[in-house]
Amino acid sequence: MSDVYLDEKYVGTIEHPKEFLKSFIEERRKQKIHATVNVSYESEFDEVSIHTATGRVRRPLIIVENGKALLTEEHLKKLSSSDMRWQDLIEQGIIEYLDANEEENTLVALTERDLTKEHTHMEIDAITILGLITSLVPYANFGQSSRLNRGSKTQKQALGLYASNYLLRMDTDISLLQYPQRPIVKTFMHDISKYDKHPCGQNVTIALLSYDGYNMQDALIVNEGSVQRGFARSFYFRPYNADELRYQGGLIDEIGVPDKEVKAYRSEEDYKFLEDDGIVFPEAKVKEDDVLIGKTSPPRFLGEMEEFSIAANTRRESSIAVKHGEHGIVDMVILTENDEGNKLIQIRLRDQRIPEPGDKFASRYGQKGVIGRIVPQADMPFTASGIVPDIIFSPHSIPSRMTISHLIEVIGGKVGALSGRLIDGTTFSAESEKDLRKELLKSGFRENGTERMYNGITGEEFKANIYVGNMYYLKLKHMVANKMHARASGKIQLLTRQPIEGRSAGGGLRLGEMEKDCLVAHGASLLLKERFDSDKTILHICETCGMVAIFDWLKKRATCPKCGANAEVNSIEMSYAFKLLLDELKSLIIYPKINLKNKY
Amino acid sequence: MIDEIAKQYEGRLPTPLIEEVKKEAKEVKLTRAQGEAIFAKLEQKYKYARIQPGEAIGIVTAESFGEPGTQMTLRTFHFAGVAEVNVTLGLPRLIEIFDARKEPSTPLMVIYLKKPFNKDEKSLEKIIAQIKEIRVHEVLTEISINLLKLHVEYVLNKKRMKELGIPEESAIKAIKDALKTIDIIEKDSRYTATPKSKEGGLPALYTLKERIKEVKVNGIEGIQDVIPKMENNEIILLASGSNLKDVSKIEQVDFTRTTTNNIFEVAKNLGIEAARQTIIAEASKVIQEQGLDIDIRHIMFISDLMTAKGEIKGITRSGITEEKESVLARASFETPIRHLINASLIGEVDMLNSVVENVMINQPIPLGTGLPSLITKLAKESKK
Repeated sequence: MSDVYLDEKYVGTIEHPKEFLKSFIEERRKQKIHATVNVSYESEFDEVSIHTATGRVRRPLIIVENGKALLTEEHLKKLSSSDMRWQDLIEQGIIEYLDANEEENTLVALTERDLTKEHTHMEIDAITILGLITSLVPYANFGQSSRLNRGSKTQKQALGLYASNYLLRMDTDISLLQYPQRPIVKTFMHDISKYDKHPCGQNVTIALLSYDGYNMQDALIVNEGSVQRGFARSFYFRPYNADELRYQGGLIDEIGVPDKEVKAYRSEEDYKFLEDDGIVFPEAKVKEDDVLIGKTSPPRFLGEMEEFSIAANTRRESSIAVKHGEHGIVDMVILTENDEGNKLIQIRLRDQRIPEPGDKFASRYGQKGVIGRIVPQADMPFTASGIVPDIIFSPHSIPSRMTISHLIEVIGGKVGALSGRLIDGTTFSAESEKDLRKELLKSGFRENGTERMYNGITGEEFKANIYVGNMYYLKLKHMVANKMHARASGKIQLLTRQPIEGRSAGGGLRLGEMEKDCLVAHGASLLLKERFDSDKTILHICETCGMVAIFDWLKKRATCPKCGANAEVNSIEMSYAFKLLLDELKSLIIYPKINLKNKY
Repeated sequence: MIDEIAKQYEGRLPTPLIEEVKKEAKEVKLTRAQGEAIFAKLEQKYKYARIQPGEAIGIVTAESFGEPGTQMTLRTFHFAGVAEVNVTLGLPRLIEIFDARKEPSTPLMVIYLKKPFNKDEKSLEKIIAQIKEIRVHEVLTEISINLLKLHVEYVLNKKRMKELGIPEESAIKAIKDALKTIDIIEKDSRYTATPKSKEGGLPALYTLKERIKEVKVNGIEGIQDVIPKMENNEIILLASGSNLKDVSKIEQVDFTRTTTNNIFEVAKNLGIEAARQTIIAEASKVIQEQGLDIDIRHIMFISDLMTAKGEIKGITRSGITEEKESVLARASFETPIRHLINASLIGEVDMLNSVVENVMINQPIPLGTGLPSLITKLAKESKK
């Protein structure tokens, strides 16, 4: 007796669960039961569960009977001549959708070759074991699975044509590749997803070679000539906006060029791009701190108004300016209104990003790297036929990661570029590597993809043959221009007197606990002290009571408020954070007495 | 001749080092000059290899563990050798050792046998029977509660007991000894257990039934399973569960080589030095299993630190951190307020002698370049 559950609700028991299952599935295939109903048997708990609820992930599989797939060539012919539809296949019981539970009771063959009598289903195509983005990786069956994961992850970060209506959109932090191309080595999924309508990379000539150590550890060498010809150029967009807010008492923000008398007025120079309406004009070339939208707000507290008779005097400056460390060209200005009906101004800034050392690139196999150097075309190595690669990729990136698919694409890309056709690299059913090599040989190149190359600087011939070919390369959204940060001195926090945090605020770079340990381990005692000097202060300590004394700047001498003017007060240097700790201890009613002693 | 030179170096070089040179030197003929040169070079190398004053050995040790620790896989269980004994390894085990947990999550003993027995497969079964813990429920044919008479009835499986080599009388006695407040009467090899007092009613009977099932009839408390294994041409026993004291008492067991991974048990039965050695061995085992390379001296250092007080102290806030002299140093590692308040209650003074305190007040730390200081005090300036 096994229990039967319908959508996790107990409905009764059944004598022979296996037979019940069999007839249930048969009825479903005959369309007597709706095709979206799934049934499964769990022998461990002796339970039959039937699922009809929405939200189950289901996938189609070809039904197999007696070791033979029900989908035949005939069906395929009918499908291609439109005599048959997908729905017909389901209605005729050739294909059925299984959910995760029902899948547990099946044995699915990956390909027709694997079929045995025990199999109940077959995959429609081997590629269905991969997801949408992973199936965009050509020759994936030649690579490690973890590299495939990384490869599909980097594809999501690639710049391309992210939306065809990008001209009308106001997205935050978005980039657009200027000259995107469709890949020479493509997969089946590229066609299905109409990849050529929204491509995400460019085809480049690549050489596997070391170059003066500038491409060690996954770095890339990029040909300056290619960059000048437009390789991997992109636009970076950032929106800025300002509302004309309404406040209590009929007060309102005012958009316009601020008056000089206004509180916190910037310099006149900062407002130079504003037109009479207080908004920048399109195509203005702006730098950091340039005002994009001039705005003044009413005084924060109404009391302020009574002190001064002229209201304009007390208005605050609240303009929107270009963020710290950014620049660009005003791309679009929109005047509209927000949800509350207030005036809203939106400005989109555009910045052309030309590849520079530090920008991130990747192939489709999890081989990501950063530009190490941009080399003038004259200094790039060249082949006997005069081909100069766009990218030099370090060969050391290959052996430990075993991305064979990366190497195959180089050959595939080369064949495709020579013959002027697209190469099919669909996982499990790609054009064979052997054929590609044969075709390469026919085109007059070496079968193994290597070529004689010459050192671009000295003109010497390299002793080894160099692997050269074509690949699809992706520019990823991580660009140095958005990340580079350094600071000498700058803003500090009010409470701790330590530098503030974060790049956008111009903060410091924290030397954390573990970094501190490194300096300690090296015994670099004084360097460590110096590095933590950012909040050092002079404290005056009363020798009698051991508490912090007060320094009277008028009389130029320190006095202890408790022990009186005659107490001996000495000054010591320590971190302000420690002074804070002493204060906190006092709030815990702990008396932190400091005993001073001459160190020497 | 070489002994003469060696004598000069006594006290300047470690004895095992001198002995080793002496042994090697006797095999090759050396002139006096050569012998002296060898010892001079040895002393130079030895001095060079010693740690310099002011070296931050604690942090170097911590970093030497910390960095490879990040690479440790979290795959914690592993089949130890042929026998199917699950042992916690990897990071969880390392944490267990250094935190000085009272019980390892998978206690394990490696039991060696004395000379004739370690090759004798026939006597093996008997020895195992002596060690492996058997509870009543393993030798029961039936057990039930009689609801009318309010007692528990059970029947022992004599055949099974014979197989396991347990005399019936000892089993009956074991149950009787374990349950003092129960009357046990036998009738046609059917036992009835009646509580002496009628209090508790049915629930008490249920607990009695469970208690009878859990009574140990044979073997050693805590040893769940024993598996023999061939190693280096002798039979050793792997026991899951640990009870060093009782296992050592068994005649055939060679207790000089028998080990357990329960550090506290080692400390209790064999002393703190043995515990120190066990910590080193257990930590090295984890590191080796993970294919990492940490110098043994780092492990020895941690082990020394943990056992220096005569009892095992973990690397925790209640362990070695508690031992720190400085209030600020203690407060900087977990539960700061507790430390600060306790220190203020007894008026503790922090002499600011160590690293953490000096980082806090932003003064040069007394390590490395910050260590040297003047010994002579400057004469106090006369007050103007």
